[in-house]
Amino acid sequence: MATKQLSVFLENKTGRLNDVTKILGQAGVNMTAFSVADNSDFGILRVIVPEPEKVRTLLKDRGFAVSLTDVIAVNIPNKSGSLDKVLDLLAEAKIYIEYMYAFSEGETASVVIKPDNMVQASEILQKHKIHLL
Amino acid sequence: MIWNETAECMDREEMRKLQSERLRNVVDRVYYNCEPYRKRMQEAGVMPGDIQTIDDIVKLPFTSKKDLRDYYPFGLLSSPMSEIVRVHASSGTTGKPIVVGYTRNDLNIWKEVGARCLTAFGLGKNDVVQVSYGYGLFTGGLGAHGAVETIGGTVIPMSAGNTEKQLLMMHDLGAKALACTPSYALYLAESMEKSEFPRDEFQLKVGIFGAEPWTEQMRQEIEHKMGIKACDIYGLTEIMGPGVGHECQFQCGTHLCEDHFFPEIIDPETGIPVAPGEKGELVFTTLTKEGIPMIRFRTRDLTHLIYDKCECGRTSVRMAKIMGRCDDMLIIRGVNVFPSQIEAVICETEEFEPHFFITVDRVNNTDVFEIQVEVKEQYYTDDISGMLNLQKKLAHKIQSVVGIQPTIRLVEPRSLERSQGKAKRVLDKRVFK
Repeated sequence: MATKQLSVFLENKTGRLNDVTKILGQAGVNMTAFSVADNSDFGILRVIVPEPEKVRTLLKDRGFAVSLTDVIAVNIPNKSGSLDKVLDLLAEAKIYIEYMYAFSEGETASVVIKPDNMVQASEILQKHKIHLL
Repeated sequence: MIWNETAECMDREEMRKLQSERLRNVVDRVYYNCEPYRKRMQEAGVMPGDIQTIDDIVKLPFTSKKDLRDYYPFGLLSSPMSEIVRVHASSGTTGKPIVVGYTRNDLNIWKEVGARCLTAFGLGKNDVVQVSYGYGLFTGGLGAHGAVETIGGTVIPMSAGNTEKQLLMMHDLGAKALACTPSYALYLAESMEKSEFPRDEFQLKVGIFGAEPWTEQMRQEIEHKMGIKACDIYGLTEIMGPGVGHECQFQCGTHLCEDHFFPEIIDPETGIPVAPGEKGELVFTTLTKEGIPMIRFRTRDLTHLIYDKCECGRTSVRMAKIMGRCDDMLIIRGVNVFPSQIEAVICETEEFEPHFFITVDRVNNTDVFEIQVEVKEQYYTDDISGMLNLQKKLAHKIQSVVGIQPTIRLVEPRSLERSQGKAKRVLDKRVFK
């Protein structure tokens, strides 16, 4: 079960991230997860939001380059060893992780994973009763 | 279609006779009416009587943009002010603009050559032409305007800017042709795609593009995006404005109206004419102009001339696409780089938009050469290494063409300035003392 992640191309300049967060804030969009990947010239902002298609149009209208990417978002208990279990499952199946980001709060932690094989990865995780968002 | 067969298809020998006669007249005019010209000829030891045929033109001294600045505003007039009915000025970015004056006869010649251009593009009295060159001091607007009226077409005097209205008029008034700079045409093409009007509701078929150098790749890009035939009209303020030359339907070079504007190609270093057909700097002499005749004016444009008769029937000499300007040329790490080369590479690379901006700087005594480019919408992806590969690929491609590797910087969509007139694409921050 894939989650649609928004990937926004950003030039590396001061205030550019704020431009995005401001637009989302004003539209009342609450972000579930947020990460920035960068190199010296540009960055790619990755966000998970409740209505990705809508937010994509919103940002596109404001001139941003936005693409939708399939990722897996899982909910795991916020305690030691739980991420390890998930990653083990993927590694055993020889699934390569292109990138991932995670955050935890209270009882649970959310992990966003971009595997090279979406279908296989979701099957394996579901089979092992890992909670996909 | 040919507007003036007598002039445009004239026998080469007849043309030489006509040019010789006209050269004698214009040399007389400047020698007896314009002090700076007279002085310079005297210094060079050449008198009007030494000029008998068009071949004698090489005896005459050159003029340049600098002369027009030095004798600003009217020092090079060769007619009394009472005969001058209009002025235009070049879009000078540094210092004073260049001012040129036209007599009534000059304006008539300008309209005549403009009419030759539009006729060659297949336009006639039944056609509506939208002129989106800037009106005013710039020669583009009023120059194209006069040409449309001369062929009896209907002119929409839009001037540049206000994109929405441009599209509204083009759509509602059924413009068949659009006259503007090629970079503005690209901008309008993008706006057209996004507009409320479907493409098939426009009558647009022909582009009359000029006032800045553009490449074959840019032509294809415009033709593809706008679904029109893009034609090159050539001109420069110092010589007349748009109408000095034009393409024909075979698009195999720019036919020059050489009964009025005599072209030479010289070696830009030595000033000596090159062998026929060889590449060098284009030099013009206005054979019939009265207000400010230009004798051997150095354009700084680099090109070569083609003397074969064209398939279209015209015998007039053709100029190959301008490959750059002597003063446009950047010397980066000792290598000559023309912005037109960069444009060509970017336009033919599928993933990039045809917009770019070159910045040259010097850091720690080394030249830094950076090009900003936009990726086409569908190529902005989540894949960082893929995007870095795009950068690398373009840098290699440019290196293989110009000889040095630029730093490519990907910028956000539509963040590079879309020009409404002549595109500014280069910033050289280096200071040479």
